[in-house]
Amino acid sequence: MSITREQVENIARLARLSLTSDEALQYAEGLSRVLSLVEQLQGVDTTGVTPMAHPLPGQRARLRADEVSETDQHELYQRNAPQVEAGLYLVPRVIE
Amino acid sequence: MTELHLMTVAELSASLRSGGISSVELTRAFLERIERHQRELNAFITVSPDRALADAARADEQLAAGRGGPLTGIPIAHKDIFCSRDEKTTCGSRMLANFVSPYDATVVRRLREAGAVCLGKTNMDEFAMGSSNETSWFGPVRNPWDPARVPGGSSGGSAAAVAARLTPAATGTDTGGSIRQPAALCGLTGLKPTYGRVSRYGMIAFASSLDQAGVLALSAEDAALLLSAMAGFDERDSTSVELPVPDYAAELAQPLKGLKIGVLREFFAGLDASIEQLIRAALDELHAQGAVLKEVSLPHLPLSVPTYYVVAPAECSSNLARFDGVRYGHRCEKPRDLLDLYQRSRSEGFGAEVKRRIMIGTYVLSTGYYDAYYLKAQQVRALIAADFERAFHEVDVVIGPTTPNTAFALGARTQDPVTMYLSDIYTIGANLAGLPAISVPCGFAEELPVGLQIIGPHFAEGRLLNVAHQYQRDSDWHLRVPRGFG
Repeated sequence: MSITREQVENIARLARLSLTSDEALQYAEGLSRVLSLVEQLQGVDTTGVTPMAHPLPGQRARLRADEVSETDQHELYQRNAPQVEAGLYLVPRVIE
Repeated sequence: MTELHLMTVAELSASLRSGGISSVELTRAFLERIERHQRELNAFITVSPDRALADAARADEQLAAGRGGPLTGIPIAHKDIFCSRDEKTTCGSRMLANFVSPYDATVVRRLREAGAVCLGKTNMDEFAMGSSNETSWFGPVRNPWDPARVPGGSSGGSAAAVAARLTPAATGTDTGGSIRQPAALCGLTGLKPTYGRVSRYGMIAFASSLDQAGVLALSAEDAALLLSAMAGFDERDSTSVELPVPDYAAELAQPLKGLKIGVLREFFAGLDASIEQLIRAALDELHAQGAVLKEVSLPHLPLSVPTYYVVAPAECSSNLARFDGVRYGHRCEKPRDLLDLYQRSRSEGFGAEVKRRIMIGTYVLSTGYYDAYYLKAQQVRALIAADFERAFHEVDVVIGPTTPNTAFALGARTQDPVTMYLSDIYTIGANLAGLPAISVPCGFAEELPVGLQIIGPHFAEGRLLNVAHQYQRDSDWHLRVPRGFG
């Protein structure tokens, strides 16, 4: 299983990562190795096997009542934000 | 009296209650040890002396009033993956190098409520992705048994800190072996509970269907004391299980007579002879205590590593999408536009291994590949889980080695990701099946610790701790101290 530099650049774009072309070449090699390891799975007979969706049999996501359970702490949470103004997160202009 | 730093949590707890020592005295002793060995081992990312001493003083007041539980006044350390309020929580990443958590993880809150005193936050592989603690933005951690070697990972800082007696116990997390592998490589007792047993609220997510919090300690008895305080239902974690928490310490004393142990055939194929010899000797010891040994085969278990390297990266790529340079975490300088902000913030904030896993995950989840990789892996995962389930119809626990090798040299496995990934070949199966597992020291190969792994059915933590404790009653491997740290 071999991944090309172009494929890596495409994957990186989907993952919102930017790579130099040297890095892309290095990742192409690393990813190819990992995908060759993973390739073993293709030989396993999984006919009729239900994919495992939860590690505990019979467990499901729990639902709670749709009620307000948290207090407003946006000022506290925004202390970690890189750029905030008037309670809003600032990003570069999106609409020209 | 034994020196304070060599005592187990159970022994310290007894001394605190009898008034033989105070928590402030104890906390100060460990803080001094951390300061003395930090440069050499790099086990901590943050040390919190003021907060620890204030908490210790409060614990002493409780103890003086005859209140408090077994952990009141006991110093501990948390892996820096657990959010702790008003303290830096970095997850070993540049992305969160300046992140100050606005809240406590449930594990942090519960241990504080139980009276434990947090000394600081331990180093770790970045976002818990690694098996050697070499991917940390804050630099590698060194193994106290040989500083030229890795402590294992990703809970490498917690393991090195406990092994060097810089803290009596520490928390860790285990997604593919990140508690058990470093415990084995550092000569400790490391427990990964059943998936859902301990709340993951405030524990920074890596692979949500595999992640679980646990303990690194000197003994099974100590692990039992900590787990009793950490475990239990939490409505803030949707995967937390609504089951009562047993008194794990109370189950320790049960004799092993009649215990059915499955010896895992697949874990011995091609195993290093010196490690195999130690594992067989431990099995003989358990047999001498009355346990019945029976060989069991889990034919799909050798597929654990490839299965894991589809499932875990897929979930990681999804979980780490939240780091966008907008709400918290690293932001690049002078972004040209929103896309540039995302791409450069993420590329600068994440290290090489994290980026590799995000890209593997993105690839296996992308259009046209989802069925071939992700769905296929989840099917093989079901087969692995079914193998374990069949085995547990025949035996109570299964046993094998924790790792294929002892601690390896720093830099030895950083070139090829697959070589590093194979470090977790024996530990990943328990994560894929959601099972509890413990690593227990069982001897030394060329002066480096070797770990015995015991895996049990869902929610059998009590049984695992019991087996480990009975083994530790008749052995002292777990109490050996690395040279220079006695």
